Amino acid sequence: MPVNSFFNAGDMIRFLPEIILTVMGTLMMVLDPVLHRRSSNAFGLLSLFTLVAALIGSVYAYTQAGPAFGGMMIVDGFATFFRVLVIVVGILTVLPSFRFLARQDAETSEYHALLLFSIAGQCVMASANDLIMIFIGLEISSIASYVLAGYLRDDKRANEAALKYFLLGSFATGFFLYGVALVYGATGSVNLSVVRAAVTSANGPSPVFIGVAAALMFVGLAFKVSAAPFQVWAPDVYQGAPTPVTAFLSAGPKAAAFAIFLRIFMTALEPLGNSWAPLVWISALLSMTIGNFAALLQSNVKRLLAYSSIAHAGYVLVALTARSDVGTAAAMFYLAAYAFMNIGAFAVVSHLSGKGERYQAVDDFAGLAQKQPMTAAILTIFLLSLIGVPLTGGFFGKFYIFKAALESHLVWLTVLGLLNSAVAAYYYLRLLVMMYMYEPSEAATNAEPLSAGMRAALILPALGTLFLGIFPGWVLDFAGKSSNLVK
Amino acid sequence: MNLLSVVLFLPLVGFLIALFIPRSSPQASRTWALVISLAIFVISIGLPVMLDNSATGEQFGIDVPWIATPAIHFYIAADGVSMWLVMLSTFLTPICVLISWRYIQHRIKEFFAFLLLLEFGLVGVFIAQDLFLFYVFWEISLIPMYFLVGIWGHDRRIYAAVKFFLYTFAGSVLMLAAIIYLYNRAGTFSYPAILAMLSSGRLMFDSTEQLLLFLAFFIAFAIKVPLFPLHTWLPDAHVEAPSAGSVMLASVMLKMGTFGILHYCLPLFPSAARTCAPWIVVLAIIGIVYGALVSLVQPNMKKLVAYSSVSHLGFVVLGIFSFTQLGLDGAVYQMLNHGISTGALFVLVGLLYERNHSLAIADYGGVATVAPWLSTVFLITTLASIGLPMLNNFVGEFMVLQGTAIANFTWTVFAAVGVILSACYMLWLYQRVFYGEVSENVRRHIPDLNLREWAVVVPLIAMMVWMGVYPMSFLPPVSKATARVLDQAQINVPFKVELPRKVEVARAR
Repeated sequence: MPVNSFFNAGDMIRFLPEIILTVMGTLMMVLDPVLHRRSSNAFGLLSLFTLVAALIGSVYAYTQAGPAFGGMMIVDGFATFFRVLVIVVGILTVLPSFRFLARQDAETSEYHALLLFSIAGQCVMASANDLIMIFIGLEISSIASYVLAGYLRDDKRANEAALKYFLLGSFATGFFLYGVALVYGATGSVNLSVVRAAVTSANGPSPVFIGVAAALMFVGLAFKVSAAPFQVWAPDVYQGAPTPVTAFLSAGPKAAAFAIFLRIFMTALEPLGNSWAPLVWISALLSMTIGNFAALLQSNVKRLLAYSSIAHAGYVLVALTARSDVGTAAAMFYLAAYAFMNIGAFAVVSHLSGKGERYQAVDDFAGLAQKQPMTAAILTIFLLSLIGVPLTGGFFGKFYIFKAALESHLVWLTVLGLLNSAVAAYYYLRLLVMMYMYEPSEAATNAEPLSAGMRAALILPALGTLFLGIFPGWVLDFAGKSSNLVK
Repeated sequence: MNLLSVVLFLPLVGFLIALFIPRSSPQASRTWALVISLAIFVISIGLPVMLDNSATGEQFGIDVPWIATPAIHFYIAADGVSMWLVMLSTFLTPICVLISWRYIQHRIKEFFAFLLLLEFGLVGVFIAQDLFLFYVFWEISLIPMYFLVGIWGHDRRIYAAVKFFLYTFAGSVLMLAAIIYLYNRAGTFSYPAILAMLSSGRLMFDSTEQLLLFLAFFIAFAIKVPLFPLHTWLPDAHVEAPSAGSVMLASVMLKMGTFGILHYCLPLFPSAARTCAPWIVVLAIIGIVYGALVSLVQPNMKKLVAYSSVSHLGFVVLGIFSFTQLGLDGAVYQMLNHGISTGALFVLVGLLYERNHSLAIADYGGVATVAPWLSTVFLITTLASIGLPMLNNFVGEFMVLQGTAIANFTWTVFAAVGVILSACYMLWLYQRVFYGEVSENVRRHIPDLNLREWAVVVPLIAMMVWMGVYPMSFLPPVSKATARVLDQAQINVPFKVELPRKVEVARAR
């Protein structure tokens, strides 16, 4: 292949968001000594600016939709959807981070640079159409996330979280890479379209071979999305990591991991659906059940939300089990709704937890409605959305997922999943009960007034949640149009 | 301007405006809630006035597309049954505002806001014609009630509120699965369209399918009714709720269940409904007798009234599953009657509680001496509740029993026991609370009705008498709607069902 067809202007435009994020992230590290002591907000603002630019970049890239770099990447509706999603998650992570970093007296430049790198990795994951590119994106995203999880160096819990995340994450990546290697060995290619062609051809590789590869990749990806039985790391990491980072981990990397999950299993491995579907079915049910029942017992809010996020991964896996374009669209919609409600809920936790993240217990939310009615009302929106009450994004997400599942005749999975969501209502209600029906606790009394960044970090996802709940059509139409992946 | 949509959206507007009333002026919150709820009631009077009695089917319909894929419409309309239930909600909301005037002493703004949001949800449940929209309203009505019980309730309010939420939510998720399944089969959420498909035979369910779908809907509704043995949330929620919460819960929210059974279960799944009818009737009769027996031994007034609801609602379910015109009419009439008379009982018990801060029957005695008017009103309500002729419950109970007798006389015998028992527990309650020695405590703390309280009880008493003396003001639109339900319940029966011969006679009449 001639070099000039590799590096043409169209490819560069399709790669624009990644370029912006990487260049600005690197620039921040260079600027660190210059800007450092002058203003602690400088890097945050720069990071916001970068993310907005990347957002515009990804929309612009979509005008040039098509494959890039000889088919290693592909910019389609699906990729754009997830690029926009992870960048928006980035913005919603930066907003509460201003106050958080100031409160913890933490360095700002590395934090924001790492965040940008991680998002760049996720953008690569969203648009990769090649197993090696997927792997590279996964690694860029993960390594930055490992460091972010342990960003508060003096915090023992954060250190433990980071180490655990790193060790188990490396294992998972290893599994994934084994799978990739097997696929390459069997089909002679890492390009998803070529792999699919090889798998479907009459004299293709032995199904056992590809089946083992699929299982290995499934293990790696299930780890990344914290689906059972590979979920054990999530509660410890989510609890230990700094709260804005936890919010980010539970939304951004998860959404990107699901993007590649969907891309690989709905394109290259789709012909083998009958073999892997039972695996995903079991994993979906286990994730929902383990997540919801374990969350019932938690007293720490971050840990509670960690288990809840395992359960929500289970719901998305239900959509994957449906193995249809409707299912893919439902998963996309759900991940968007989930990102808003979850990141918003973590932002409230971050707001309330105070210096040194002292207040994280469910009991610390007592009486918040009397001290800060606005904060409590917004958290109520997120919790109702997590429960799945109508007129919130979470409800429509669940609705579309189970609709897709029923269309694919997964009646039992639907019934069990919906009953699971009734169980889940209990632990979300506990927070509502605390906020509205108890007298104010120390944490609620001492809660600082909402800063401007925090206000935006709460109101934007709340509006997003309500918008997806009342006018889901726009996002769903786009998801529906882009769910038919290039095969 | 569509009258029905005005009645639906005014409570929401009222709720949103109530949110912006400053916390520092509780009087403004109260006044606003009263003004808007009275206005809604006055406007809703237009519904029965403008209802065209000669036309069949839903009226006041409005159909606006909401979400493109899957096609979900904002589609509301009312028939004779849902119209009266909407009227019941709009009639009781101002009454609830008035009885909460002094009763609610903290977080007043939120209380009245939630009350208006509750009215929005309840009205919506009764008039939604799109299954998806119905589910949305079904869940919306849950949230304000959860807060009403949980924030302003008595000592065990949190337990009661959570139990109430979880019971209802668990039931409704199964209904959601069934709704999605219906959509996948029919390709639309529009309820009239689905019924049309069923009657033209374009949509058929085999008997297993029908049974499972029926159960998914029925369990959600039965929890709300509540049908024995799914009733355990009810005594807790009723006892712990503040007066206004108990009134709305008993008078309107329970009707969501019976309305659902009548409006959805019967026309959608007629043969499954008939297959299950004997079992459901048995549960209803157990509920009637069991509720009455438990009422008999309650030391707590509110709990007594709560269990009496289990008994009364058993009659409604019995009437519905008699599959006779009389039984269905009686069931609907009984839904309205129960709303008025049990609502009034909760109001009056609330007035006693406000005065003496106790719900225990033992803490009262001789109230008739110190508060003769309050006692008179309570007596009329008691008599209405036990079904004295010329008062409302008599008409409904009679029609239900008559309708049931046409279908199966044995059922009637058992159900009639409930009527006798209701006289026992209510009169005994009256005797213990209002007659006997006057204790010093009662003499000091229980004044007679004041002007605001008169304004609450007079409309209730007036309705009891009106509905008891001249039911024909209410029944014709009801019969029209129930006849349609019965008609739809005849179709799409893939296997032959033996109907009692007398049912046919009754229908022919």
